Amino acid sequence: METKELIWSIITLSEKELRRFLRIWVQTLVPPAVTTSLYFVIFGSLIGPRIGAMDGFDYIQFMIPGLIMLAVITAAYSNVVSSFYGVKFQRAIEELLISPMPNWAILFGYVVGGVARGVMIGVIVFLVSLIFYPNFEIANYGLTILVLFLTSIMFSLMGFINAVYADSFDDIAVIPTFVLTPLIYLGGVFYSINILPDIWRNISLANPMLYVVNTFREGMLGSSDVSIPLALGMMFGFIILFTAICLYLLNKGIGIRQ
Amino acid sequence: MSEYALEITGLKKVYDNNVEALKGIDLKITKGDFFALLGPNGAGKSSTIGIISSITNKTDGNIKIFGVDIDQNFPKAKSFLGVVAQEINFSQFEKVEDIVITQAGFYGIPKDIAKERCKNLLKKLSLWDKRHDQARNLSGGQKRRLMIAKALVHEPKLLILDEPTAGVDIELRREMWDFLSDINKKGTTIILTTHYLEEAEQHCNNIAIIDEGSIVEDTSMKELLSRLSIQSFVLDLEQEIQDLPNLSIFDLKSQDPKTLIATLTKDDDLNTLFNKLSEHGIKVKSMRNEQNRLEELFIRLVKEKDGN
Repeated sequence: METKELIWSIITLSEKELRRFLRIWVQTLVPPAVTTSLYFVIFGSLIGPRIGAMDGFDYIQFMIPGLIMLAVITAAYSNVVSSFYGVKFQRAIEELLISPMPNWAILFGYVVGGVARGVMIGVIVFLVSLIFYPNFEIANYGLTILVLFLTSIMFSLMGFINAVYADSFDDIAVIPTFVLTPLIYLGGVFYSINILPDIWRNISLANPMLYVVNTFREGMLGSSDVSIPLALGMMFGFIILFTAICLYLLNKGIGIRQ
Repeated sequence: MSEYALEITGLKKVYDNNVEALKGIDLKITKGDFFALLGPNGAGKSSTIGIISSITNKTDGNIKIFGVDIDQNFPKAKSFLGVVAQEINFSQFEKVEDIVITQAGFYGIPKDIAKERCKNLLKKLSLWDKRHDQARNLSGGQKRRLMIAKALVHEPKLLILDEPTAGVDIELRREMWDFLSDINKKGTTIILTTHYLEEAEQHCNNIAIIDEGSIVEDTSMKELLSRLSIQSFVLDLEQEIQDLPNLSIFDLKSQDPKTLIATLTKDDDLNTLFNKLSEHGIKVKSMRNEQNRLEELFIRLVKEKDGN
């Protein structure tokens, strides 16, 4: 394909992905806003004042970056896994396989969809959080935006891998339910690992979600439990690794071609 | 550039469950041809089409589309190709218009051009009124026509039709064939697989029959049909007859008092048959083949291969 054609094909796939989740906005954009509002009401306004300060911040203020990350990770992952598995299930994947689009461009289009939804959800949840904590000020805009995008890319790629291997709708629910959600909840969304006993603190350091959540918290609040250069390095490393895996799977046709 | 739209050499496919779907087939299809690829279920047609269109990985062999080897420049080879798959393969929740325009976009065609082509195709395929409908609301025949529109929107030079008329009613089927014949006349090479053998006989110039992963016949339609040594005709008579006339040289059977079945060999002459019938005061009102000629040959060839 010529460069112009290639660019146009990527725009087309990205548009298709955006159109997909915007068409079903009640399912894709509204639920995180509702769930997060409940978190803010229950844990922020009702229970939060009894918990007191966490790492020197009001509890509701401390929770905001974690809850945004929770929503962003879930949105980016589930967007790609459900969309790509959906085209496999409906055989619409053939539209792409028959076309001259290179595999990296197909992956790029799906990641754009995941990132768009992840970022959009991040902004929505932040706007909701302002209702409950209007005086919130972002400490480092650059780092916040960088982590928002890196996280969305990383989990979009993970969702893609999940979708490639998935043979049923059960397969696309297993990882988010039994792996991602527990790791995120135990990754410092609701607490600082400094309040944990040493043994649990050290175990928590092996949880990759901890680095994602804390780097974002560093961007939004200027406070983190982990080394930021290490966390950013890990995120870039995972993105490179997951991209390589996705391209390998696409080139081999695993889970896609017979 | 190659004189062939498609060249297949030594194509093999062994699936993970060790089923050998293709045993090294060779096939050449000339540019501008309307080609029938026939075979019983499970013969290897879909595997062949799947490999050409990159939905299935090949085990061995070579494929060139308009001289471009798919192993060397698959994107270029794919740009020549349009495929109407046997099963519905678009998102059922998207609008008809979006499906066609998006497919064009995958080939790098800008939206304004894609919109124009989409409009022309949907009008020709009687789907223009449905352009804003979700695809899942279309009837079976409309979905198949949408598949054709989708396959043609990038103006491919080679169009593969895998059972294009399955589930399409007679009137629309006729319209569809007129449309496909027209694009073939304008230069698009067409490969057709179908179970409606009379359609293949009517439209295709050349034919290959595949069975158990091997090509058992690869020739022109005319040549194949000329091999038919015996043909049976159904003769509808103007008046009822009580006794079957004895015409000695023709094999005649009575189906009912107003219908005869005449079996003729290759050397028999229809005029002689009619003259003989007239001599006995029998007038023929109309006549048709008892069975589709290609169907007869197809069954015979496949049986021969099976050793029956």
